[in-house]
Amino acid sequence: MTSPAEVPITSNDDVVRVRQVVRGLAAEVKMSLVDQTKVVTAASELARNTFVYGGGGTATVELVTNPATGRTGVKIVFTDEGPGIPDVDLALTEGWSSGSGLGLGLSGTRRLVDEFDLETEPGTGTRISVTKWTR
Amino acid sequence: MERVPILKIGDTLLVSIQIDLQDQTVLALQEDLAERIVQTQARGVIIDITAVEIVDSFIGRMFATIASMSRLLDAETVVVGMRPAVAITLVELGLSLGGVRTALDLERGMKLLDSGADLR
Ligand SMILES: Nc1ncnc2c1ncn2[C@@H]1O[C@H](COP(=O)(O)OP(=O)(O)OP(=O)(O)O)[C@@H](O)[C@H]1O
Ligand SMILES: [Mg+2]
Repeated sequence: MTSPAEVPITSNDDVVRVRQVVRGLAAEVKMSLVDQTKVVTAASELARNTFVYGGGGTATVELVTNPATGRTGVKIVFTDEGPGIPDVDLALTEGWSSGSGLGLGLSGTRRLVDEFDLETEPGTGTRISVTKWTR
Repeated sequence: MERVPILKIGDTLLVSIQIDLQDQTVLALQEDLAERIVQTQARGVIIDITAVEIVDSFIGRMFATIASMSRLLDAETVVVGMRPAVAITLVELGLSLGGVRTALDLERGMKLLDSGADLR
C-alpha cells in the first residue's frame, strides 16, 4: 500500500475507508493481530470525531520507523478545520461527551495507541496524531 | 448504503454481519430489527460477529441498544463469535458491554436461547 496515504473524511463511508487503510498498513509492518485491532479501532473513533465534531477533515496514514529502536509502526494524523475543543482536559475525561456519545472515543483511543498528541484551537480546528509501534 | 439482512429461523432472528459497518448501516439495522421482532413475534435475536474485525464505541453501543430494545419487545439478544482481539480492544477502550449476553459461537448462542434461561 502507498504510504503516506491521505484519506479525506467527509462521510460515514470515509470512516470505514480510514479503517481499511490503517488495517492495510498495520498488516504490512506485520503488527500483531491484537495491535492491528487496537490501532484500527482507535482510528475509527478519531475519524468519526473528525467527521461528526470537526465537520470533516483528513486522515494521513503513514509507515514510520523509530530511529532509536529501529521499530516500525503506523502513524495517523487527523486534521479538521472545525470548531476546535474548548476544554481539552474535559474532552479527554472518560465518559464526557458534548453530544450523545459515550465519551469513550478520546480517552479510550489514548489507551489503545503508544503515542497520542492533540493540538486544538477554538475556532481554528483540531489536529490529533497517534502512533502504534510494532513490538 | 448497504443493509444487513435479517434471517428468521424458528422464533429466532439471525443477523450475521458480513460487511464493514458504517454508522448509518448500524442505525438502519437497529430500526429494521425492532420492526422484524414485532412483525415475526420472535423471542430471540442472535447477532453473529464472527466476521467482524473491529468493534468501536458506535458498533458496541449498537449491541447494548439492540439488547435493551429487544427486551422491551419480549425477545432476548445474544451476541456470538466475538474475536479475541476484539474483546481485548473493547475492554481497553472502556466498553464493558454489561447487559449484553454473549456466546462463543452460533451453536452455543442458539442453545442459550433454547434453554429459555433467564438471560437478564
Ligand atoms: N475533532 C473534534 N473537533 C471538535 N470537538 C471534538 C473533536 N473530537 C472530539 N471533540 C469533543 O470531545 C468530546 C469527547 O470526544 P469522545 O470521542 O471522547 O466522545 P464522544 O465522541 O462524545 O462519544 P463516543 O466517542 O464515545 O461515541 C466530544 O463530545 C466533542 O465535544
Ligand atoms: Mg467520539
